[in-house]
Amino acid sequence: MKPAEFHQRDRLWHPPAHHPNYKTSVSRSPRQALLSLEGSLSEITGPTFGHNDIDPIDNDLIRNFAKSGDPVGERIIVHGRVLDENRRPVPRTLVEIWQANASGRYRHKKDTYLGALDPNFGGCGRTLTDETGYYFFRTIKPGAYPWRNWINNWRPAHIHVSVFGSAFSQRLITQMYFEGDPLIAQCPIVQTIPDPRAIDQLIAPLDMNAAIPLDCLAYRFDIVLRGRRSTLFENRLEGN
Amino acid sequence: MPQPLDYLKETPSQTAGPYVHIGLAPGAAGFQIYGRELGHEIAAPEVPGERIRVEGVVFDGTGAPVRDAMIEVWQADAAGIHPHPEDPRHADCAPGFRGWGRVIPDFETGLWAFDTIKPGVVAGRMGRPLAPHISLWIVARGINIGLATRMYFDDEDNSADPVLALIEQVHRRGTLIARKTAPGLYRFDIRLQGEGETVFLDV
Repeated sequence: MKPAEFHQRDRLWHPPAHHPNYKTSVSRSPRQALLSLEGSLSEITGPTFGHNDIDPIDNDLIRNFAKSGDPVGERIIVHGRVLDENRRPVPRTLVEIWQANASGRYRHKKDTYLGALDPNFGGCGRTLTDETGYYFFRTIKPGAYPWRNWINNWRPAHIHVSVFGSAFSQRLITQMYFEGDPLIAQCPIVQTIPDPRAIDQLIAPLDMNAAIPLDCLAYRFDIVLRGRRSTLFENRLEGN
Repeated sequence: MPQPLDYLKETPSQTAGPYVHIGLAPGAAGFQIYGRELGHEIAAPEVPGERIRVEGVVFDGTGAPVRDAMIEVWQADAAGIHPHPEDPRHADCAPGFRGWGRVIPDFETGLWAFDTIKPGVVAGRMGRPLAPHISLWIVARGINIGLATRMYFDDEDNSADPVLALIEQVHRRGTLIARKTAPGLYRFDIRLQGEGETVFLDV
């Protein structure tokens, strides 16, 4: 048995572990080099999820925590596809998101920002991609919020995104930003990413074609996971 | 100019931030929203195997506990089978065995723990067996891209494991080996940086 592997991660494209402008990374980044491994079964397998794991309303953040009405803020759809680097869809994979509310306040016992909590907004959602790798959420556009890094740092509006793929070595957590936000260029967390083209990959464009007239706007966010490597000579020509 | 290669680039990673629990473990963030939170049960009670608990603390480079981390674990069952179609033996995987879990440290002490079964030997590359191990993936505020590592057991024969053998500095191999501290209880501390730094993997 000779399992196929995944394309190696381009660690010049991802942010480095240590980036002094994002202060917390200074003491939380390894100093020793990573040990490179060729994938074995432990890496090319990973957890699988099904529709019995989640509820249909879980991807609707406008309704999944509503108590007395709809949450306050800009109503949006966030949608896109999960693909791998070979442009193949990643079907039936779990996508999870979390975010602040329209005031920039998180529903978390450790968040003490003075922006108000919204009694009808929880701030998390999850869904499975369909057979074509497509997913969508309905939510409220999050607000910017301040954080203790430099004296006056503000995070751009963002949604945290977690994706599994089909293998544990594809596991990815990232953040989605919104087209045109002037805070993106000033954010030390965004700017941990060295290549401006990689930053562009995290910025969701406004997608008027997917907006619902008189109801909500839409943003498009495609996610790319590591591609499966062809093992032409070792394994099978049709192995792609 | 040569022909362009037609690959997409992987979406770049970003930190999970301090409020990762909202999305991945809302109960720990302080609210109930989902019918069922995922990742609480790695192996259902009926799954055969030796029941174990693993506990530890993640430490930063100053020796302080990282209290806002999130750890995911992935492992084979007691027969060394992963519940995933890519494992040629997956049809024989123990029913009720998920193999995957999410672990949240205590917000005050940073101590985390998870209950599972001890994994069996897994087939490695070129047919070389891998000593029993659990894969871990760590994210947190200040971690820009998730850190992968493996945990082995100090009461198993790890001498022929091909991954441990890849660690050139022999004294660092011990950072991947959990210590048995009581029957069924293992201690596995993770040091992100500095003295005793855990070996992290690019897999």
